[in-house]
Amino acid sequence: MGKLKRVFMYLFLSIAAIVSIFPFLWMIVSSTNRSIDVTQGKLLPGPYLGENLKKVFDTVDIVPALLNSAKISITTTILALLISSLAGYGFEIFRSKAKDVVFTILLLSMMIPFAALMVPLYRMFGSISQTAPFFGIDTISSVILPTVTTAFLIFFFRQSTKMFPKDMLEAGRIDGLTELGVFFRIYVPTMKTTYAAAAIITFMSSWNNYLWPLVVLQSPEKRTIPLLISNLGSSYSPDYGVIMTVILIATLPTAIVFFLMQKHFVAGMTGSVK
Amino acid sequence: MNIRAKTNVIGWSFIAISVVMICAFYFYPMIQALIMSFQSGTGTNLSFTGFDNYKRLISDATFITALKNTFIYLIIQVPIMIILAMFISVLLNDKNLKLKGFFRTAIFLPAVTSLVAYSVIFKYLFGPDGLINTMLLKLHLISAPIEWITDPFWAKITIIIAITWRWTGYNMIFYLSALQNIDSSIYEAARIDGASAFRQFTSITVPLLKPIILFTSITSTIGTLQLFDEVMNITKGGPGNATMTLSQYIYNLSFKYTPDFGYAATVSYGIVILIVIFSILQFKLAGDKNG
Repeated sequence: MGKLKRVFMYLFLSIAAIVSIFPFLWMIVSSTNRSIDVTQGKLLPGPYLGENLKKVFDTVDIVPALLNSAKISITTTILALLISSLAGYGFEIFRSKAKDVVFTILLLSMMIPFAALMVPLYRMFGSISQTAPFFGIDTISSVILPTVTTAFLIFFFRQSTKMFPKDMLEAGRIDGLTELGVFFRIYVPTMKTTYAAAAIITFMSSWNNYLWPLVVLQSPEKRTIPLLISNLGSSYSPDYGVIMTVILIATLPTAIVFFLMQKHFVAGMTGSVK
Repeated sequence: MNIRAKTNVIGWSFIAISVVMICAFYFYPMIQALIMSFQSGTGTNLSFTGFDNYKRLISDATFITALKNTFIYLIIQVPIMIILAMFISVLLNDKNLKLKGFFRTAIFLPAVTSLVAYSVIFKYLFGPDGLINTMLLKLHLISAPIEWITDPFWAKITIIIAITWRWTGYNMIFYLSALQNIDSSIYEAARIDGASAFRQFTSITVPLLKPIILFTSITSTIGTLQLFDEVMNITKGGPGNATMTLSQYIYNLSFKYTPDFGYAATVSYGIVILIVIFSILQFKLAGDKNG
């Protein structure tokens, strides 16, 4: 390969990498500077991280927002994994023509944009607010319920189940396990990596979900992290140092999950296309 | 009950929860929305008005602006991003490339950030006295700050830059994983036959990547038609309605202006129809090239 081509290749990739990382670096650097330094375009770290952190915990309701986001994301992830893996397993192991038709119909739901669902969903949850307050508007349940079952995840589990050695299930049945026993004792433990990939994708999308919580959560103390950031971002006299510190704190959980489980993350993304 | 009937019942019970949930939270609301799209009124007091909403839709200036904006994003941003993603993945797939892991992780990193968080960061970076303007001024590339957020033209560019930054790495991963599955002996054979690098790319790589090109263009198209978080947090749809998207218009109709759920449902059916048309078109397009 030509030398010029090599130089171009490294140059191009380096620029792409710098452009990709730069906003992160700027966020980290800005969280250590005062608002005035940020507006003056300071690109070097300063000594104000401690002060910014103190301001965040004193003036911004970040702890309740973190707790709300954690509650919602963890519950969503557990329920989503359970419901979709049962279905993915059911569709593949107990395959029949009728079930394949149902599966195709479920896949159609992927074409429905959330913007089209939000108004009727809002009215649905509004109408049960009186009779079932636990599930009504402005509750954690109302955030979780519509997002917990996705055709994407069912599809993902079904695709992964195709590789599963079916003899193992038969062995379990001969040992006298019930069908649910076979699922929980044999299938779940062998599919650990599939569950890990599904968990990361679900957790991330739930942690970052914005539109539906924006519609359905109304009281400030129920705010999730994206709602908090959006709210801070639209203030008229923003304290840049403080906002960048909040974003930094909010990004940490997903960044840690990503770096610890990068392989599973990529496997989860691409696994569904194969 | 015989064994076959029994396994059948067990099979259905495994998928039952999912079927109920998807019907309750996708299909039932879509039927509701269809009914609402023929109704009008404020808040929950809706009454049937026939096709009035649909008539209003085709002459609604804001809807047409939102539709135009969405198409501009679609026509400019999606191709740029897909070509960029494909190009980067081909470079990264080079066997002799050093620092491959670093480049890949760095370029993928934007894809793990929250849409709201990165939007707020971009809003500040591209602000009137933001870092981008400061740097461009210092480098004497511009003589006055660019109005990235407040000018109708530049605001669209800002949104396009932002989305491209967020999703290129995400799409790249799909190409990369597909490239890794291509047998390298195909390229060797082509090289022996004297095919140039460009020829190898157009005659081997692109055809083999076609399913991925289809997949990424469909998901990106659907994503663009649903664009909300970025526009809401960077420009709020402004200036005027210059960056307004369909999703944001639905949101505004339902929760910002005096709520008009019926008409909002009509606009949302507009998006559904577009998604169906685009998906069919892209499948057809890919199918024709196949044959």
